[in-house]
Amino acid sequence: MSDPLAAPRAIQGRAPDVFREGGWVEMREFSESEAVDFVVIGTGAGGGPLITRLAEQGFSVVGFDAGPYFRPLEDFASDETAQNQLYWLDERIVDGENPIRMGGNNSGKAVGGSTVHFAMVSLRFRPEWFKSRSLLGYGADWPLDWREMWDYYGKAERALSISGPVTYPWGPKRPRYPYRAHEMNGAAEVLARGAEAMGYKWSPTPLATVSAPRGDSPPCVYRGFCRFGCSTNAKQSQLVAFIPRALAAGAEIRDLAMVGRIETGADGRATGVHYFREGRWRFQRARNVVVAGYAIETPRLLLNSANDRYPDGLANSSGLVGRNLMTQSNQAVYGSMKDEVRWNKGPPSLSITEHWNYDDRKDFFGGYCWMAQGPLPIEWVTVLTGSLGLWGEQLRERMKNYNHQVGVKMVGEMLPNENNRVTLADETDQYGLRIPRITYSWGDNDKALVAHALDKMQTSMELAGVRDTFQQVDDTNHLAGTARMGSDPRSSVVNADCRSWDIPNLWVCDGSIFPTTGGVNPSLTISAIALRTADRIKALADRGEL
Amino acid sequence: MTDQYPGYDVLAKRRTPSWNEQTRQAINGRLAIPREPRFLSPDLFAVLDAACRRIIPQPTERPPVPLAAYIDAKLFNKQSDGYRLAQMPDQGDTYRRGLAGLDEAARSQHGLGFTAIAPEAQDEVLRQAHAGKLTGGAWQGMPSKTFFEHRLLNDTVTAYYGHPTAWSEIGFGGPASPRGYVRMALNRRDPWEAAEAKPGEEARARRENDHV
Ligand SMILES: Cc1cc2nc3c(=O)[nH]c(=O)nc-3n(C[C@H](O)[C@H](O)[C@H](O)COP(=O)(O)OP(=O)(O)OC[C@H]3O[C@@H](n4cnc5c(N)ncnc54)[C@H](O)[C@@H]3O)c2cc1C
Ligand code: SF4
Repeated sequence: MSDPLAAPRAIQGRAPDVFREGGWVEMREFSESEAVDFVVIGTGAGGGPLITRLAEQGFSVVGFDAGPYFRPLEDFASDETAQNQLYWLDERIVDGENPIRMGGNNSGKAVGGSTVHFAMVSLRFRPEWFKSRSLLGYGADWPLDWREMWDYYGKAERALSISGPVTYPWGPKRPRYPYRAHEMNGAAEVLARGAEAMGYKWSPTPLATVSAPRGDSPPCVYRGFCRFGCSTNAKQSQLVAFIPRALAAGAEIRDLAMVGRIETGADGRATGVHYFREGRWRFQRARNVVVAGYAIETPRLLLNSANDRYPDGLANSSGLVGRNLMTQSNQAVYGSMKDEVRWNKGPPSLSITEHWNYDDRKDFFGGYCWMAQGPLPIEWVTVLTGSLGLWGEQLRERMKNYNHQVGVKMVGEMLPNENNRVTLADETDQYGLRIPRITYSWGDNDKALVAHALDKMQTSMELAGVRDTFQQVDDTNHLAGTARMGSDPRSSVVNADCRSWDIPNLWVCDGSIFPTTGGVNPSLTISAIALRTADRIKALADRGEL
Repeated sequence: MTDQYPGYDVLAKRRTPSWNEQTRQAINGRLAIPREPRFLSPDLFAVLDAACRRIIPQPTERPPVPLAAYIDAKLFNKQSDGYRLAQMPDQGDTYRRGLAGLDEAARSQHGLGFTAIAPEAQDEVLRQAHAGKLTGGAWQGMPSKTFFEHRLLNDTVTAYYGHPTAWSEIGFGGPASPRGYVRMALNRRDPWEAAEAKPGEEARARRENDHV
């Protein structure tokens, strides 16, 4: 079998059929010298749905990804170490008071983007978060209306066959999830006990892995390696759920294709992209360029594309490209039970409580949820070394309790701050491109939110009968911001349609457009916005306004 | 020390539906790792090996895990974590400085290199590194605490708990594709999972572990 990282697979008019070992599907190919309607850089939570919907609406589209085109059935081992192949591991420098751990903890490099290894938790924002400045007093307002978003969330949930409960306990009414909720594992059961003891509601978590067959995807078999790639295709990553649709609709995907610079012409508009593939730099002409590389690579590419006309980088007249980077607080409380929990079985987050996203009786801004956990051995040991400082015989003894461990982990809202940002370091990478420097420090509000959450999680675990509890105080996960959307060109990078204010044929469609990040995992919101953007582009095209 | 999962061996499942071909290949590659250093000098490799043995004391009842060899392979293959703290040099230099720093500390405190001092004395030097107390000389301004926590400790435990020996020891099910799991609730065990020895029931656990 060929090595997915050695040479591109999507070439010569065909791309891998992810559902059949050794199989191929036909792929349309576009010439570099003729401008395509859209080049999309990145094929993840934002790029995947956008490429698909643009192609389905009749546009010519080429999707680029720096990462390989995996065949999950053949390439994915059931192994934490081997599956490092899924991550963006090119060097990045991190600093600030609370440097963000990158790599496996924070970004993917593959056709399908980070959704190939994400944990599949698929949640909607609380409606007020789209207007958090005017309604809740912090952050910035989104230029989007939650009712319209509710509609697009529904579309995204159907496209991904989300498995979830019949009724979801928080927020405005939403339709029933397309697939039934998954069976809960022991760890999810303990979360439920703890929530009930606190008087909170809880729910099976809406997940992007199917609980019954769907097309060529078999139901989830609860092997629990979801964060290291799903080798059965039950998981509805973009690689499985959207990209095959995109190919069928006539899009071209170029894997192992790193875009290094976006070119602009004499009229100031984008003309195409310089990209590195099969050992050399190439140029693809395009009428529109969409950047969907996630919150680090998107600003990096815009900044690295600086030229005489745009000396501070593209789309950056506001000076906000790279600023307002947000991660999410990801602290946890862990402990032991007499029971055998065996928390590695099944997807890691099978139950959730969003109580503190909807209860405003607290003295800080923002909200958070928490979910059941099931770290595999390597992740678990790094929690023990990081949080308890254990090593030596003590560590080995503690690790033997693996099957009796249980815990809950939060996803909490961190506030935007202009000083948390992505800039370019002087060092260059294997392509000769300047690497990103990522600077992050928590604010007082962030710390207050974390303290509140740790206290509540701890109490709930103790009430559920968990012993020897301890707190993991320093983890973060998920990224957002760095090219925020807004309604004023002075205080945002793109408008509600993800179109840059400065260059009308340059768009951004990924996690970087978030003005605030909310207290839930981001992907469903990214994908819902991508579906909306595709519709908006069609409407603009029909009116001759592209 | 009693064995919590007597007779359990993850590798016994190698030919069952819990392991697919790509997993077998990945683990075979891991077990076949070269034991000789390819990146570090023999002297520094010996220091690394001694430090790894203190961070993860090797089990006597199962085949030992060549931890230093995994770290050397990571350096040799330039496997990055995808980020670097701004105050740290690149991975290779971090190890060269840090291991030399441990050796210097042993020499200045005991008159002997790190590999030659008693295990308790080695632990003490490692504790000093963990506490950020080692400075000067080979450290060249690199914080010993960051070296210990982010590199040495992290890479050592990552190597150990990525190895079948450790999975067997902690009763982890290990690879699970395509079969997966069926019994999800508390205190339910699939027949292909490790059986834990409850007091007085070691023989039964051993019997069950013979049939995973
Ligand atoms: C361990 C983990 C678990 C997670 N779990 C969840 C979860 O349960 N629920 C949830 O909602 N979110 C989760 N997330 C977050 C989620 O994966 C991301 O928020 C989401 O995928 C981001 O979407 P995106 O489109 O912005 O970027 P991505 O999905 O990361 O896609 C970006 C793609 O762009 C490519 N790219 C970047 N730059 C270039 C370039 N210059 N040239 C070519 N290609 C380029 C990259 O290779 C990548 O494939 C998780 C993340 C991690 C790391
Ligand atoms: S538990 Fe389900 S979604 Fe996760 S890796 Fe296994 S089959 Fe895929």
